[in-house]
Amino acid sequence: MQVSSVAFHLDGSIAALFIVLGLGSMVARQMYASLRFFMWQAIALTLSALVLAASLQAINLLWVAIITFVTKVIAVPLVLRWAAGAEVYGRREVDQVIGIPTTVLAAAMLALLGWFAVAPTLPLLQGVPFAPLNLPTGLIMVLWGAFTVAIRRESVAQLMGLLLMENGAFFGSIAIVHNLTVIAEIAAAVDVPIVALVIGLLIRNIRRVTGSTRVSELDRLHER
Amino acid sequence: MSPVLSHFLLNGVQMAFLLAFSPLLEGILHRLEEIIQGKQGPSIWQTYRDIWKLFGKDEVISEESSWIFRLAPLIAFVMPLFVVLLIPAVTAFPLFFAFMGDMVAVGFLMAIAGFFVALAGMDTGNVYAAVGASRTHMVGFLAEPVFIMVFFSVSYVANSTIPYVVNATWATSWGSMLQPAHLLVILAFFLLILADEGRIPVDSPAGKVEIAMIGHSKGLEYSGSSAALMKWGGAMKLMVLALIFVNVLITPWGLSSTTQPLDVLLAIVLVCLKLLGFVVVLALVETSLAKLRLFRITEFLAVAFVICLFAVSVRLVGIG
Repeated sequence: MQVSSVAFHLDGSIAALFIVLGLGSMVARQMYASLRFFMWQAIALTLSALVLAASLQAINLLWVAIITFVTKVIAVPLVLRWAAGAEVYGRREVDQVIGIPTTVLAAAMLALLGWFAVAPTLPLLQGVPFAPLNLPTGLIMVLWGAFTVAIRRESVAQLMGLLLMENGAFFGSIAIVHNLTVIAEIAAAVDVPIVALVIGLLIRNIRRVTGSTRVSELDRLHER
Repeated sequence: MSPVLSHFLLNGVQMAFLLAFSPLLEGILHRLEEIIQGKQGPSIWQTYRDIWKLFGKDEVISEESSWIFRLAPLIAFVMPLFVVLLIPAVTAFPLFFAFMGDMVAVGFLMAIAGFFVALAGMDTGNVYAAVGASRTHMVGFLAEPVFIMVFFSVSYVANSTIPYVVNATWATSWGSMLQPAHLLVILAFFLLILADEGRIPVDSPAGKVEIAMIGHSKGLEYSGSSAALMKWGGAMKLMVLALIFVNVLITPWGLSSTTQPLDVLLAIVLVCLKLLGFVVVLALVETSLAKLRLFRITEFLAVAFVICLFAVSVRLVGIG
């Protein structure tokens, strides 16, 4: 399938923004800032789906865009705000296992790894128009999400890492599979707020019991 | 008129443009920020008035200071004027000095000015000036790798580091404007301008507390015409960086392609509009962010560095 070079470059720019916003969400020290970066990243994902929908004439991708916007830009932040409570957002900074500059450098390494991991598969994707852009970008975001989960000492912030992984998986998959039925898209997308809700409820409970959501303080038994 | 002569004349126009409009740019920036914060703010002509007033004042020079203290304002004033000769300020075609130096030379010229101003700060014996000088150099050391990476990425994307050539490469097609690498370079350069100019997330230009200042405490000892030159030089430095940003990186169009006076005039109007757009964005960014703590600046510049690294690697793997 042939697509116009303007659409390709536009998608490339959106991919670049997607990466930068993911980096922002990863290194932001305040929870609000991290959540806001995530929302903007979800908007970038929506835009990419719209560009792909327009240039591939795929109505399903239009649905993906709408569902992504509703679930990730509107529902997830609302759920997270409700679940985590003011205590997490009021705190100045989220604890990390390693410093931010080290995180940033590790992120750069992971990004290079992502690119070179995808490189061997690119010849197989010759006929899939946007895959060479979206697949590595999505993979990088999945790696970064996993890394964020690993280094953060705060459960709400770890959830942000999970959501970043989810965004990355979507970003890669919309380019490869764009004729999935709508019901599957809805099922996949509705999962996200539900995951956020379940983990949010869990966090609420943990906070009620231990008075904190810091993972580092949950490693010893606590008697009531 | 012979072409050589008209090119020389246009070089003069470039310098006059910079001299005349840089205080206005700073004035508009101050006014806009105050308006966004819900205050009325000074007039947009305030910087001109300040400079005029300072030129009429007596100058006090410490007996302890050496020739460096007296020379530094001149260097800070002259360097942006040199730099504007190397960049496309009003014309799209290369002028007389265009191939004398590339973007690395621009960085060098700026660094010379910064070096002398920092030396002058330490020269006076003022405690705060020395603190400011060392802090500026801390930021400078961190910004240096980002600068180099920006040059690398630009030369990789546009196949040249001569600002005129880069401008011509990007002005030719929409496709190259939308390249991911290009977008990333724009972002990184913007972060660099914020750091280098001491704008809000890094340093607060409106701050009045010496102990919290990074770059602005270096000029505390200056008075009279030296202070005027420092102020004017600072305004010109901001405008030169803004010119590189809008004319080379973001919107490489709208520059004059002939030596006709009417075309040049039209180009000046268009460039002013572009600069106005840049100032609006800068004011919005500055008023919506909080100042970072000193040791968080490392993170700010590390992010800029990684963005540049992406720009290069996107290009390297051949999808940008």
